[in-house]
Amino acid sequence: MSEFVYLYRGGQTNRSPEAMQQTMQKWMAWFKDLGDKGHVKNVGQPLDRTGKVVRGKQKTITDGPFAEAKDVVGGYSLIEARDLEQAVELSKGCPIFEFEGAVEVRPVMKM
Amino acid sequence: MGPSEHPGEQLGDHLFRRESGRIVATLTRIFGVHNLALAEDVVQDAFCRALEVWKFRGVPENPSAWLMVTAKNRALDVLRRERTARTFAPELGRFLESEWTLSPAVEENFAPHAIKDDQLRMMFSCCHPRLSEEAQVALMLHILCGFTVDEVAAAFVSSHAAMEKRITRAKKILAGSKKLFDIADAHDFGARLPAVHRALYLLFNEGYHGASAESAVRAELCREAMRLVAPLREHPLAATPATFALSALMSLHAARLPARLDSSGELRSLGDQDRSQWDTNLVGEGQKLLDLSASGPELTEYHLEAAIAWAHAVAPRAEDTNWEMIVSLYDKLMAIRPSPVVALNRAIAIAQRNGPERGLEEIRAIANSDRLASYPFYHAALGEFELRAGRADAARDHFRAALALARSPMERTFLSHRLAACTAAVTTVP
Repeated sequence: MSEFVYLYRGGQTNRSPEAMQQTMQKWMAWFKDLGDKGHVKNVGQPLDRTGKVVRGKQKTITDGPFAEAKDVVGGYSLIEARDLEQAVELSKGCPIFEFEGAVEVRPVMKM
Repeated sequence: MGPSEHPGEQLGDHLFRRESGRIVATLTRIFGVHNLALAEDVVQDAFCRALEVWKFRGVPENPSAWLMVTAKNRALDVLRRERTARTFAPELGRFLESEWTLSPAVEENFAPHAIKDDQLRMMFSCCHPRLSEEAQVALMLHILCGFTVDEVAAAFVSSHAAMEKRITRAKKILAGSKKLFDIADAHDFGARLPAVHRALYLLFNEGYHGASAESAVRAELCREAMRLVAPLREHPLAATPATFALSALMSLHAARLPARLDSSGELRSLGDQDRSQWDTNLVGEGQKLLDLSASGPELTEYHLEAAIAWAHAVAPRAEDTNWEMIVSLYDKLMAIRPSPVVALNRAIAIAQRNGPERGLEEIRAIANSDRLASYPFYHAALGEFELRAGRADAARDHFRAALALARSPMERTFLSHRLAACTAAVTTVP
């Protein structure tokens, strides 16, 4: 088994409370399914969509967001899969795709 | 902590929607009614946060409290950031000016009893006299029940554009009313209460008799009306005999909801329902509420309608129904709140008591019956009585007219079955 990080980008839209509740239930069902099949090393954390960027020798501080809203990372998870191909396949069940979001699948580098 | 073991299980159905209604009411109290849109934004934001955090960490122990606290903190941010640029609720104005009083003032408004009052305040505010009854109901569903414009439109079988216009206009009037309704003023409270009753009654009726095809939508509207009427029973000024009567009528009607559709999803008329499916708990509750309503000199249409519903609910079989009593209740109802629909129901009760010919006579005698012309069950009643009187040909014409007016697939199926029964009767006559 290899480790992968899922970075969840975008996918945040204003919807009705009822629709948001349904979306959340889909996410939790998806995580549960991945977990039941032994692919979740760590569910991970949500990230605030604001923050600061510190850059360069001058250590200039600028406000986030760091990219366009559709590219902002809203959270990450640590996933276990056979290989990159399987990790990609598993990511396809993520509810983020219903809302024009993206999952970036990145292998954790092996020593 | 990973996501909870059973996703969604700790979350009641429609929890987000209901909490959104509660929180908007409370925030509007703090921000002032002219900042209704700001309150809605803050709530939206709190729900986005919940969605982001809960999907990773699971649903918290007390999701309602989590949402309330998140909204409260967001409200404090907004108040601090914008108190120089905006005016907030005039009643709270001076408390919001200093950091010493801001936090306690907001805290106090988020206390459970204050939240309950905020609900009532908003309910009464939605029944603004400048709004039509339809607009009042739409506004309540939108603000207090967290229905989106699309969801309200679906419930009322209206187009998105028409509902959007109605709700936007209603909100503008509400936001322009300067302040929320003052529920501490006993005189104003008593004067506005009948409008609140009426709006809740219409909401319930839309669920019970409305044109919306999907039975889930119907049951939901009934549930929302029952949820909104409950706090009225607990408020000293609102717990009137009429409030208990309205609550009783909702419980007694809702008791029959599970039997309105049979196992194949088809509409069942009252006489045809499997009465073992009626909800006996709701019947019992309705009976208790009806007892509580029987005090004081006031006899409202809700008392009479509840009593009629009760007479049906306690009949073990359709043929045990006390039609004598039901007819006399309809007579009284006609005296205090006459309408073509009440007259039609009275005629149906008379037909049950005295036979179809008398029923037909009564229907023909209805004043303003042109207002019933587009109501499918007016024609269906005519058809039913003609059929029972042995005139299947005439009956068939009436059912055809009814079928042409059917508002949902369920009504259509029901009426085409009745039409088929006429055809069968015609062919079996020698």
